Amino acid sequence: MGPWIALVVGGLWAAGIFLLLRRSLVKAVLGLALLGYATNLLLVAAAGTARRAAPIVPPGAGALPPGAADPVPQALVLTAIVIGLGVQAFVLVLLKRAHAETGSDDLDRLEGKDP
Amino acid sequence: MLPVLPVLVPLAAAVLSLAAWGRPRAQRAIGVAGTAGLLAAGLALLARVSAGGIQVVRLGGWPSPFGIAFVADLLSAILVTLAGVMGLAGAWASVAAVDGPRQANGHWPALHVLLAGVAGAFLTGDLFNLYVWFEVFLMASFVLLALGGTRPQLAGAIRYVVMNLLSSTLFLVAAGLLYGMAGTLDLAELSLRLRAHPSPALVSAVGMVLLAAWGIKAAIFPVFAWLPPSYAAPPAPVAALFSGLLTKVGFYAMLRVFTLVLAPAGAVPRGLILALAALTMVTGVLGAVAQGEIRRILAFHSVSQMGYLLLGLGLGTPLALAGSIAFLVHHSLVKSNLFLVSGAVERIAGTDRLDRLGGLWASRAGLGVVFLVTAFSLAGIPPLTGFWAKLALLRAGVEAGAWGMVAVAAGVGVLTLFSMTKIWSEAFWKAAPAAGPGGAAAAAAPGEAGPGLLLPAGALALLVVGLGLSAGPALALAERAAAGLADPSAYVRAVLGPGGAP
Repeated sequence: MGPWIALVVGGLWAAGIFLLLRRSLVKAVLGLALLGYATNLLLVAAAGTARRAAPIVPPGAGALPPGAADPVPQALVLTAIVIGLGVQAFVLVLLKRAHAETGSDDLDRLEGKDP
Repeated sequence: MLPVLPVLVPLAAAVLSLAAWGRPRAQRAIGVAGTAGLLAAGLALLARVSAGGIQVVRLGGWPSPFGIAFVADLLSAILVTLAGVMGLAGAWASVAAVDGPRQANGHWPALHVLLAGVAGAFLTGDLFNLYVWFEVFLMASFVLLALGGTRPQLAGAIRYVVMNLLSSTLFLVAAGLLYGMAGTLDLAELSLRLRAHPSPALVSAVGMVLLAAWGIKAAIFPVFAWLPPSYAAPPAPVAALFSGLLTKVGFYAMLRVFTLVLAPAGAVPRGLILALAALTMVTGVLGAVAQGEIRRILAFHSVSQMGYLLLGLGLGTPLALAGSIAFLVHHSLVKSNLFLVSGAVERIAGTDRLDRLGGLWASRAGLGVVFLVTAFSLAGIPPLTGFWAKLALLRAGVEAGAWGMVAVAAGVGVLTLFSMTKIWSEAFWKAAPAAGPGGAAAAAAPGEAGPGLLLPAGALALLVVGLGLSAGPALALAERAAAGLADPSAYVRAVLGPGGAP
């Protein structure tokens, strides 16, 4: 499972960087979204991908059962998803504003250079 | 409680200024009072840490390394105080130099949130929490940068946003990888566990991801292209605040994590950092030479000066780290002040293009003096702050036998002086140009700078002179802070208790 997830993360990162390098701002935003998803996947995979028990201390026991999953990366991913949502909303508004200003989604046009 | 105060004060100010939406006078009062409160909290923290050692607050009472700790060592306390100074100067200047619509539409809350995020980043002792504080101040900086929505602002904002989001994603990748390797995100615990890691090469690889992430934030070679357009576009007080704090937070993260976590694991690529330092210094200063607008010259110099900071980190000796810390404080004060002066020039003459400026020395001698003092300090003329900070770095370079780096740093200093002379002779010294077609007459009607910009600029200039004249105690403080970085065992013990001794 691990190597497959690594391949998917790498593929998503490559696709995201490719989109970021395009001139179109819409594609850049999509690229940023892909990078975010790839990274969230990586965070989950960093804690191990084997199927494990829920990290709940059983009644009466003082510690987690052996082989329980690690809840920390999932908490991290939740935080990262929320932050990513806010940031993407902001970028979309910025994009809309830039489009209203120039009628195009080309960054060079916004800077007054020849398209 | 004291280490959390520098975050709580600006957050409270942000909430209050949101509550005062639509009442600009109240928002301005809260703005100045809140930033003054941050400065007071920073000074109190500095006094406490300087006298009583590292202060640790464990949020929610969770023991380290399971909870998130706020750790204030001398470096954090110095930088939080610096954030207070920058915030107060920025708020003071904003009152007069940020136009009404911007002030009414969110300038003040964003400014406070920015300061809260920066202070949080300086104080947290947890890698993921550091990421969260980065996002907090980034979001606020996006708003401050784009507010107003003029075309150059939008263009600058888009570059800034895209590059910084890429950097944040890289940071998150590195945090995930470190958690996978060490099973903790607490910086002190990471420091201990990575020491015992079987493969320093793997740790070094993650260090490279962090270097890329924070290199973008700190605008070092080759990822600095976002900085000049985004610092040239927003109102002068915002540019001053950005140049004083934002790249510095990126560098602080490098300084903290590289010395605390990566250096004990033997995973800091010193040669690479020194090479990047030299390239950053040279490309930044050469870029500045080619510019014809004051703000763009200053922005390229911001890039160049980051190279000096990296130089100290790359050399890594206590003296070099002390030089970096002193240089960081010096450069924040000086560069913010120069951006404020450039804002005053724009308000007086309606432009910051050097070919359309002139005669300011004859008409505005006070502004000229403030500019001269700060520009000389930037170029490293004794007895101002820049001289002492550069001297410490050069001495560290000589002691380490890095003669190439010493030569580059000294040569870049000369080119910096050249750029400052260019601004001086074009904007202040030469006669005012006759208003030709499309010349100064076509620009906005000349306005008054007023005390709103000159007073904070003058206060910062006085601070530069004062710090320069009391260089002995100031450098001693920087050396104590650097000693805590060079030997992180005190930090680790303060967070993890006596059992955490390596």
